[in-house]
Amino acid sequence: MINRLTAYILAAAFLVAAMLFGISIGTVSVPVLSIVKIIGAEIFPFISLDGVDPMHANIVLNIRLPRVILAGLVGASLAIAGAAFQGLLRNPLADPYTLGVSSGASVGAVLTIFLQISLPFVGGFTLPVLSIIFAFLTIFFVIAFARKVDKAMKVETIILTGVIFSSFLGALISLMIALTGDELRQIVNWLLGSVSMRGWVYVKIILPFFILGSFLLILNGKELNAMSFGEDRARYLGVDVQRRKLMVLAAGSVLTGAAVAVSGTIGFVGLVIPHLARRLWGPDHKHLLPLSILVGSGFLIIADLVARTIISPVELPIGVITALIGAPAFAAILMKRRTESRG
Amino acid sequence: MLKVQRLTGGYGGQAIINDISFEVKKGEFFGILGPNGSGKTTLLKMISGILPFEKGEIFINGRKLSAYSAKQLAKIVAVLPQHSTQTFSYTVKETVSLGRYAHQEGWFQTWTAEDEEIVQMAMEQTGVDVFQDKDIQALSGGERQRVFLAQALAQEPKVLLLDEPTNHLDLSYQKELLDMLKEWTKERELTVISIFHDLNLAGLYCDRLLLLEKGTINVNNRPNEVLKETRIKEVYRTDIEKHPHPKVPVPQMVLLPQWGTRQKRIQAMIEPSRLDIGKDHIALRSPIPLRTMSSGVVGSGMGWHQIFINRHVDKNYDCEDHRKEMIQYLHEHGIEPLDTVGMMTAVYLEDVAWKMLYGDGFSVMAVVTAGVGNAVDASQSEKHEFVQIPGTINTWIFVNGELTEEAFIQGVMTATEAKVKALEHHGVKDLVTGTNATGTSTDSIMVAATQQGKKLEFAGTITPLGKLISKAVFECTLESIEKTKKRKKDKDADRTCAGTDFGIRTGSPYR
Repeated sequence: MINRLTAYILAAAFLVAAMLFGISIGTVSVPVLSIVKIIGAEIFPFISLDGVDPMHANIVLNIRLPRVILAGLVGASLAIAGAAFQGLLRNPLADPYTLGVSSGASVGAVLTIFLQISLPFVGGFTLPVLSIIFAFLTIFFVIAFARKVDKAMKVETIILTGVIFSSFLGALISLMIALTGDELRQIVNWLLGSVSMRGWVYVKIILPFFILGSFLLILNGKELNAMSFGEDRARYLGVDVQRRKLMVLAAGSVLTGAAVAVSGTIGFVGLVIPHLARRLWGPDHKHLLPLSILVGSGFLIIADLVARTIISPVELPIGVITALIGAPAFAAILMKRRTESRG
Repeated sequence: MLKVQRLTGGYGGQAIINDISFEVKKGEFFGILGPNGSGKTTLLKMISGILPFEKGEIFINGRKLSAYSAKQLAKIVAVLPQHSTQTFSYTVKETVSLGRYAHQEGWFQTWTAEDEEIVQMAMEQTGVDVFQDKDIQALSGGERQRVFLAQALAQEPKVLLLDEPTNHLDLSYQKELLDMLKEWTKERELTVISIFHDLNLAGLYCDRLLLLEKGTINVNNRPNEVLKETRIKEVYRTDIEKHPHPKVPVPQMVLLPQWGTRQKRIQAMIEPSRLDIGKDHIALRSPIPLRTMSSGVVGSGMGWHQIFINRHVDKNYDCEDHRKEMIQYLHEHGIEPLDTVGMMTAVYLEDVAWKMLYGDGFSVMAVVTAGVGNAVDASQSEKHEFVQIPGTINTWIFVNGELTEEAFIQGVMTATEAKVKALEHHGVKDLVTGTNATGTSTDSIMVAATQQGKKLEFAGTITPLGKLISKAVFECTLESIEKTKKRKKDKDADRTCAGTDFGIRTGSPYR
């Protein structure tokens, strides 16, 4: 294990590098210096844009930057939610989708496409809005159901409830896919996940949820540490388990719901990144959660970059890339840990 | 400190604990006992606040348990559960540091120098500081248990609840942990409430024991009152026997295993044919270990022994550490001292007398080597100076039967009385006072029983066993003294020629 500060510096450097690559590379490549100047000028108007192609400025500010930021926020949300759920559920295989929130968000999105719904006031953004509403309804029902079954809401009950809801909602999605005609491609593309052509509005949709959710989770870092030793022990140590558990569940679900609503169900980020971050600096949630944010956002930016450049001009669904990178990476980690523990 | 009032509750509406009331005082070491399923852990969970109860109330420091917040409670009560889960590889120090959770205030919960100091101290006290940077998943069960104890200590609790704390610990750590806890109850007035499976450990360390039976209190009292043979047999439904601890005034329970009783069915009979009278020692080897009570040089006290040695030594035998010398002697003769009751005598071994007597379903064999040198009248013994010389009248009593401890003691009494009578019969005098001698200054005795066959509860002089013992010992002692007297006469006749002093000194006991 490395020094804590080094861990943060490494993770932050990874994120910055990922952002610069993400903005720079594409059908039109933008020099890194120009990117720095363009973004700098947005923040400090006194920086001159001499020698910067105006087209580059347009590409960076209106296309690439919002895309990279959106990818980053989605990656960060999924990674921190995954890390928190793994700790809370004491299960290294848990991810943000374990509780069925993503299925709920997907039902909302697929329903929007399937029925061609357009809500008043939000118009073109009906899909993310409805998706978030469905995500929140889902977590509400999951928690209410789990509580009804088991007053203490043991993690086993929560996981089982999540499985029940996921399969039921998944069936609803399949049903709609089966019944749909022309919108099939649109639905499948959404489900596979993408952050393309979303623009700044989507960034504005996810940002408040990201800030709120991450803040709540990081606030519960110590409690997550205690709870990963079992709820009873956390209680012995003085943790108000029921309240903290609800907080973590709600915060994680807000993050997941918002992320799925703006980008579809992107897999593997929430499962693998927490493990990577844990290898960087142990399982202590006080540091694991912020590190997951940094690593998760950088990872998804890279994944998106690969998705849109690897067989350009065709853009692959980002979920395919995360799984293609994520699964072997996960396998490697598992293998290494096995040999280490045996050795 | 802790008051439990008419507590009732359990899981899923089914009451496991039924109407239980008790109090634990500050600084007390309080043990909870009971067979599996009697509700020990349920009770502990209720006290620790993680299991809601249906009826009754628990007070800690006079305040209702429900009135405490989780953090407030964690500052007073720490818990060491039986099992622990670790999903991720925290280091030992990270794990112990979690114990400070309840003491950290505010949103940022900063780690203070005081927190650090307390954590380091807790780790030192439990001996886990040496591997504080190690991953807890890499530790052994016992090491992990100590890490969690350190975590509980870092909470700086006033009350420590333990669920079988010694479960994963080896013998030395069991003792170390309980010694440590005991010390803290005395020095820091820490209140310890612990579940025990091991009745003996509980008896050794607890000030008070609560015995649970099917969710109710069977008894709540001092260990001596709780650990009664009949009570434990009844509650635990098993065969045990109570024995006193050799060093501490507490009872110890001994399991009576099935195989032990089965093994006893191998019938063994101690008979004169087993006696092996040699030049250096008389030996008797029993096919099974015998329960013995004796005053020999080795194997004295109560014990189980298989070999019995009565060794002849010169009357001038003088050794600073006769016990060590005797053990060396046994080793030289290929005899395991641990299995042996060994005595010494200055009497010539040819003068031994033995007798086998049969009763109804049992039998007694006495073996005596007797000389009456340094004969003493017990009522005048203050007139004698103390000298350590080899034994003179050595009496072995073998009983083919099962004796109670009481019978062992009575057997010794009966044999002694018979010996006194035999000495009187020969008119042996105490040469210092000129009065009738009751024995010699260095007599040894052993009662050994096969502990199978007929149960013999008493061995007073007129009980069936006592009658055989007194007759056998009386006659053997008479006969052996007779033989030595005769030898002395012969030797005295010889001495005029040889000028040596063998034989039994009926003269001065001083050398």
